[in-house]
Amino acid sequence: MSAQNYVSQSFGPAFNWKKVLRNHGGLVALAVILVFNILVTPNFLQLQTLFVNISQVATIAIVAMGMTLVIATGGIDLSVGAIMALAGAIAPLIFQSEFGQMYPVLGVALAIGFPVLVAMACGLFNGALVSILKVQPIIATLILFISGRGIAQVLTNGNLQTFKNPAFSYLGTGKILGLPFQGWLAIVIAIVLFWVINRTIFGRYVLAVGGNERAATLSGGPVRRVKIAVYIICGALAGLAGLIVVAINSASDAARNGDLMELDAIAAAVVGGALLQGGRAPIFGAILGAVIIQLVKYTLLANGVEDEVALIAKALIIVAAVYVQQARKE
Amino acid sequence: MLDTNAFDLRSYISRNPQSIAVWIALAALITFGLLRYDNFGGAYNISSFLNYNSMFIIISVGMSFVIMTGGIDLSVGSVAAFTSVVAAYMSPYGIEIALPIAVLAGMLFGGLNAFFIIALRIPPFIATLATMLGAKGGALVISGADTIAVDWGSNFTKMGMEKVFNILPWSIVVVGIIVVGLWFLLEKTSLGRTVLAIGGSEDASTLMGLKVNRTKAFVYLLSGGCAGLAGVILASGFGAGQPLEGIGWELSAIAAVVVGGTLLTGGLGSVPATVAGALLLGLVFNILNFENGLGTISISAYWQMVIRGGFLFAVILFQARVMSRNKRKGRVA
Repeated sequence: MSAQNYVSQSFGPAFNWKKVLRNHGGLVALAVILVFNILVTPNFLQLQTLFVNISQVATIAIVAMGMTLVIATGGIDLSVGAIMALAGAIAPLIFQSEFGQMYPVLGVALAIGFPVLVAMACGLFNGALVSILKVQPIIATLILFISGRGIAQVLTNGNLQTFKNPAFSYLGTGKILGLPFQGWLAIVIAIVLFWVINRTIFGRYVLAVGGNERAATLSGGPVRRVKIAVYIICGALAGLAGLIVVAINSASDAARNGDLMELDAIAAAVVGGALLQGGRAPIFGAILGAVIIQLVKYTLLANGVEDEVALIAKALIIVAAVYVQQARKE
Repeated sequence: MLDTNAFDLRSYISRNPQSIAVWIALAALITFGLLRYDNFGGAYNISSFLNYNSMFIIISVGMSFVIMTGGIDLSVGSVAAFTSVVAAYMSPYGIEIALPIAVLAGMLFGGLNAFFIIALRIPPFIATLATMLGAKGGALVISGADTIAVDWGSNFTKMGMEKVFNILPWSIVVVGIIVVGLWFLLEKTSLGRTVLAIGGSEDASTLMGLKVNRTKAFVYLLSGGCAGLAGVILASGFGAGQPLEGIGWELSAIAAVVVGGTLLTGGLGSVPATVAGALLLGLVFNILNFENGLGTISISAYWQMVIRGGFLFAVILFQARVMSRNKRKGRVA
């Protein structure tokens, strides 16, 4: 690989497409998709298209940012989809209960706060297994991946919960300055996390743990607590995303809420530049990744390509993103 | 290097302390079932249980080889769905044609995994995730997103529906023979030793001059082939190729491998314990069905997933304790 690098660099001032692709592959991909859509997809440059895509992107992005933090410590969280289902199942149970009907404001506040707390507890469970019992992250989070959705279905008897609650639905259907509320929420979360990663000691430790866990431990870093914290944050964000999906649909379906979200979130994080070995936490990259994943889905759907072919396209994107990433590392 | 006591019980236990739990749990669950339900030990229950679970046993054993090298294969469920469609299309030519072609189709995906992982150096988790999506898409494309009926006129459905001497289903006999072969391969051949050595330390294995890449290619081809065989059993047992099946199979298989005591970091593992792990997870479903049949309680299907997760949790806790104890004794590096 190094010989190849040498050759391509020795061309000097000529446009080095390989290097551009390597370092800004995500942006290049986004540009290609956008140009393609503007030329080919009917009605692409419409506000409606923008709104539909933003509301879809926001949920993927919110989960993907949490996933990015976990991946930055060298971990992975397979349970995000199940946590979404669990949080989404609990919320309607609260604001539709007698208590929730009697005190609607408190009911909605609890219906948002409590599920997020439960989601954080799930994150704590994952984090404790990973950091204290030293269970491999794939396996540790596999437990909730398998049983979390089951718990959600037990709570709701597997029923679809439909509801009419404008206050709660604001999470998924509200608009600020004409743009969907959850889009703003994703941006706020991104800014906060970006600040945390780049400007706080905690953020330094997250990257240090992923970069070299042993060194971080030996230098006296609170490795355990940092690891637990990232899983809790990831859980909280997944819970929030679950609530948003429920709010968009005015219905909670534990069987489908967040289904396969772990794949989208991992794909978005990786496309956004997260290294699976850890040590990097590109928060805005996760949003870029989420936009690309969603736009590819939308492009194929809008142009009448069958869902199954869209799956193959998603597979190719993931492989290409990681391959480019590997090349960058070497 | 060859361990002559591979099949000796005492040496087996001393080398695989983490897999004792699965045997105890399996024995306890079987005893519980035999005491509590009338037909639990009946021929019908045993043969239908083994027939259905033969798919999960073969997938889990294939997966265990991948995991022993420190890798993972998330594509097995989709690959089984794909090959079930291939097998259904080939069913008019009989099982002797359909089976090898479907297994080859599975190995094709295994080869793709190996190419991604070895040549492109993409981490196994991501590479097999991509293959999983690709195989799923492929299964839907070649089947038109519909089940493909098999040819009932040929001998194809024998595999999943008929029994040898009216006792054991063909599926479990075929799977059993292959599993014993793989057990032998792991314990008695240099290829098996290399599989475990790579999982112990890939760098050390390379420095020792072991054929690391070739062995890694082998385990992914094996896992793909095992998934291919599971697809044949699926199509043969249900009379149709099922492009939408296989969702979550990879996780069941990983769970069975972990329950069977194979370490996910690689380097340690046992074929019979993996089979026991697959049987254990299958038995949880079987016993819940019987419990519902008694009518005293009604456990919804949703509880099954919760209980499975609980089982996995219990085993992981046990593994973590045994491993930390061994570490203190310095038995496991």
